[in-house]
Amino acid sequence: MNMYNLRQYTNLEEIAGQLFVIKNIHNVGYNEIVEITEETGDIRIGITLEVGENYAVVQVLGGTSGMSLKNCRVRFKGKPLEFGVSSQILGRIFDGLGNPLDGLPKPVAEEEMNVNGMAINPAARDYPENIIETGISTIDVMNTLVRGQKLPFFSGSGLPHDMIAAQIVRQARVEGEPFCIVFAGMGIKYDTARFFIRNFEDTGVLDNVVMFLSLADSPSLTRLMTPRFALTAAEFLAFRKDMHVLVLLTDMSNYCEALRELSTMRGEIPARKGYPGYLYSDLASIYERAGRIKNKKGSITQMPILTMPNDDITHPIPDLTGYITEGQIIVDRELHARGIYPPIAVLPSLSRLMKDNIGTNKTREDHPSLASQLFASYARNREVKAIASIIGEEELSALDKLYLKFGEIFEEKFVNQGYNERRTLVQSLELGWDVISVLPPEELVRISQQQIKQRYRYKK
Amino acid sequence: MADIVGKIIRVNGPVVQIRCKETIKMLDMVEVGDLRLVGEVVRIKQDIAYAQVYEDTTSLKAGDPVYSDRVPLSLELGPGLLGNIFDGIQRPLEKIRAMEGDFIARGIHVEALDREKKWHFIPVKKDGEKIAPGDILGEVQETSLVKHKILVPPDVPEGMLVFVAQEGDYSVDYKIAEIETGGNVIPIYMYQKWPVRKHRPYKQKISADTPLITGQRVIDTLFPVAKGGCVSVPGGFGTGKTVVQHQLAKWSDAEVVVFVGCGERGNEMTDVLANFTKLVDPRTGKLLLERTVFIANTSNMPVAAREASIYTGITIAEYFRDMGYDVALMADSTSRWAEALRELSGRMEEMPLEEGFPAYLPARLAEFYERGGRVINLNGETGSITVIASVSPPGGDFSEPVTSHTKRFIRCFWALDRDLAYSRHYPAISWIDSYSEYVDEIRQWWDSQTDGKWVEYRNIILDLLQKEQRLQQIVKLIGPDVLPNTQKLILETCHIFKNAFLQQSAFDDTDTYCPARKQFLMFNAIIKFHTKAEELIKQGVGIEELRESSVYQSLMRMKEENIDELEKFINSIEQEMEKLKK
Ligand SMILES: Nc1ncnc2c1ncn2[C@@H]1O[C@H](COP(=O)(O)OP(=O)(O)O)[C@@H](O)[C@H]1O
Ligand SMILES: [Mg+2]
Repeated sequence: MNMYNLRQYTNLEEIAGQLFVIKNIHNVGYNEIVEITEETGDIRIGITLEVGENYAVVQVLGGTSGMSLKNCRVRFKGKPLEFGVSSQILGRIFDGLGNPLDGLPKPVAEEEMNVNGMAINPAARDYPENIIETGISTIDVMNTLVRGQKLPFFSGSGLPHDMIAAQIVRQARVEGEPFCIVFAGMGIKYDTARFFIRNFEDTGVLDNVVMFLSLADSPSLTRLMTPRFALTAAEFLAFRKDMHVLVLLTDMSNYCEALRELSTMRGEIPARKGYPGYLYSDLASIYERAGRIKNKKGSITQMPILTMPNDDITHPIPDLTGYITEGQIIVDRELHARGIYPPIAVLPSLSRLMKDNIGTNKTREDHPSLASQLFASYARNREVKAIASIIGEEELSALDKLYLKFGEIFEEKFVNQGYNERRTLVQSLELGWDVISVLPPEELVRISQQQIKQRYRYKK
Repeated sequence: MADIVGKIIRVNGPVVQIRCKETIKMLDMVEVGDLRLVGEVVRIKQDIAYAQVYEDTTSLKAGDPVYSDRVPLSLELGPGLLGNIFDGIQRPLEKIRAMEGDFIARGIHVEALDREKKWHFIPVKKDGEKIAPGDILGEVQETSLVKHKILVPPDVPEGMLVFVAQEGDYSVDYKIAEIETGGNVIPIYMYQKWPVRKHRPYKQKISADTPLITGQRVIDTLFPVAKGGCVSVPGGFGTGKTVVQHQLAKWSDAEVVVFVGCGERGNEMTDVLANFTKLVDPRTGKLLLERTVFIANTSNMPVAAREASIYTGITIAEYFRDMGYDVALMADSTSRWAEALRELSGRMEEMPLEEGFPAYLPARLAEFYERGGRVINLNGETGSITVIASVSPPGGDFSEPVTSHTKRFIRCFWALDRDLAYSRHYPAISWIDSYSEYVDEIRQWWDSQTDGKWVEYRNIILDLLQKEQRLQQIVKLIGPDVLPNTQKLILETCHIFKNAFLQQSAFDDTDTYCPARKQFLMFNAIIKFHTKAEELIKQGVGIEELRESSVYQSLMRMKEENIDELEKFINSIEQEMEKLKK
């Protein structure tokens, strides 16, 4: 390493928000770690955001409170932020910067990995192809989750997204396969962290979980690093240790707010709603760290959770997320208010990887057309419902009345299920046929006549 | 690159500032730092040059050296493009994987075209012949689908062919010809270099006259695009932009396809790549891969290379056009390209306009779409580039800058509709908001296939769809009962048309591609039904009876039929419907 990197500097030029400027320095690299030692001996970590001929702009991850221009020593480490990974990280809890939070010593690193990761070569990717049976009908039949997929929950505050995520973690395990969970909590409350820990305990998977927590009271900028540490751990476990890794990222909205805060502080020109123009690329640098790689046994499946500000799906956070992830599961306030669990709004939900992974030889030959028909018929139900609310149910045609009935049964029997109820895919498909058979067979034009003959519940 | 031309004085994300001790020009390619990361000069201010760097700039320092040969960033055009996948600045991704592993490392220097591979070259010109830019010197059967014509580069002046290689197997960097011009002898290789941002010249633009047949009913029948046309496909996430473009890359009757994944998902590139190694072109029976070039600069790859990727794509498209081919270029998504432009502009502290985009956004869009079109090549043959580019408007709002500017430069617009997508009515191309201005140009082609009926039917159906839209408003307010039967019939016909005709699953083994002939038969059947039903209604036949009739049921399932059965069915429609009369 370069000799100069060991030099310490003591005079800062300017401190503003979470940033400081330091001058009269040399040989400092862009996007590298800076160690700031206070008089007390406490160490903070920073990253160079910009480097110039004799200056650098540094972002302090722990926040700058208590720092003055003269009271700390600054050292440039000459390398990007790294995380020491090893199999021993399983079962451990870390803060957002990879320091142990559970009172145990730092695990001995097998390898130091750059937390920013590297892009998977598109030519090296293997297309995700094994479905994950979650035991939840609306997901398995209509928005199938696939191993290696990134499928977020778009939710709102006060909605049971954590419960759904926990239920999936509990029900989706495939016995006999090396499996682990990486959990990144960004700006979440301690209660939420506790809820998940208890759940992992109950499920007996706690030893296979790695947690990274930057709780609501930790400095907002460490939130930005939390998912990067988590995904570095996930990449190590999936692609070096052949494990199937499920990554839970919650709450991505807190992450995005931290990014906005930083951007504003730097005086950047915002794109929409104050969020920086590079929010898309930044989110992609997180979400694209999922998938499968040719000739590797492991996989990374991501389930990010985000709360939509004002339940608005066009807000930049869900909007840009939806543009990157392979679909989305929408948690709906109205269904929740009506006591339906899991309150998943199927129409705006989507799994983009479902199309290639269901049907003959994969799930069941009727799966694609049944799913498509359920979507079409439920969409029709919504239209009829809207009309009925104006002209009254009695005015509807006989067929439209059937559509109303179909919608009710669909929501109560198919969407609605217990928190502990695990339906097999076959059970869910059969239930789908029960429900769709409320409608006359001529209406089911998305299903082939042969399949209708075979599976439609004709009334005796 | 040998020469040190300056040193870095500032690093801000993908943009670095260079203090130059040698003059460098705009768009010169540079290599920065010890890793020699590739960049391009995009702005010069006194002795300071700004370069956008195509790789992650982590660890670059002020004082790091900058190298340049003072030539623009260029592509390698020659055999070996087809079936290959490149990043935004044409680095071969398979080769990089073989060299460096599954993750893309920095500072990799590798030639775009394989130097080892030998291609079988057959000359078509002889020594002593006069030769002009764009002339075909010889041919290489690059894949079983595409004959790669070896062209005289456009920037080589007219002259005399003094040497041309005999038929034989050569690598791309083998000198296959020499041209004497103005006292100089210019060597010609099997590949040529061309600056990535410079459009390749042609003699003149000509108007389009043939449709690009896509096998997608809503496109071919309602909103067709001509070979050489430009289409914009805007839509919120999940509305089907990528699938439409994949479908066209698969099934359209272009001779060469260039697919640019610009700032989108890695898995989508894997998806097309995997599919194209299996799928067979319905017209030729050959693998689709053999006519396709992939450019993949996914969302997590460097943003500057994303900005370059669509230029890389269109330059490659122009190169095949120059051989006389009909090329289709898909760019998914131009919004990600525009955002890359915005990010780079922001890093250079330029004055932004609407939503942070630079003032030159519309000019850049215009330049890009202008490179599409049907032309007479330098060598007198015709070739075309059809541009099919998606737009990803924030919040699905079409009034945003990229969508609204794009609309000025395209003539065909496939507006994707969120509600249609929600009900899984795919392709979710709105029949109300979409349009095509190519109908007149290609009318002759369709008319020759349909006894002159296509435009007439198309007008009838578009009119019915407009009326239906208005009737649905009434239904929403007062219910369907009050409508007279003639208007109820409009609702029914449109119901059939939407579900039995427009809706077409890309993942249905037979329906994924619908031949033009079948499209017209289905179209014809629906019009026949409608005309006859109008007549029957006047004679007192009710809507319920029509809906329950066997003809109605068969119409709803036409997709499943083959052409012979459809023809029989059409011939029986009137007779069958007669039976509804009491
Ligand atoms: N023509 C089609 N046929 C069947 N399904 C489609 C079609 N177009 C889109 N889809 C469905 O919609 C999903 C999203 O489409 P996609 O093209 O990826 O959307 P976008 O690129 O606009 O975000 C696909 O994964 C697929 O399930
Ligand atoms: Mg897409």
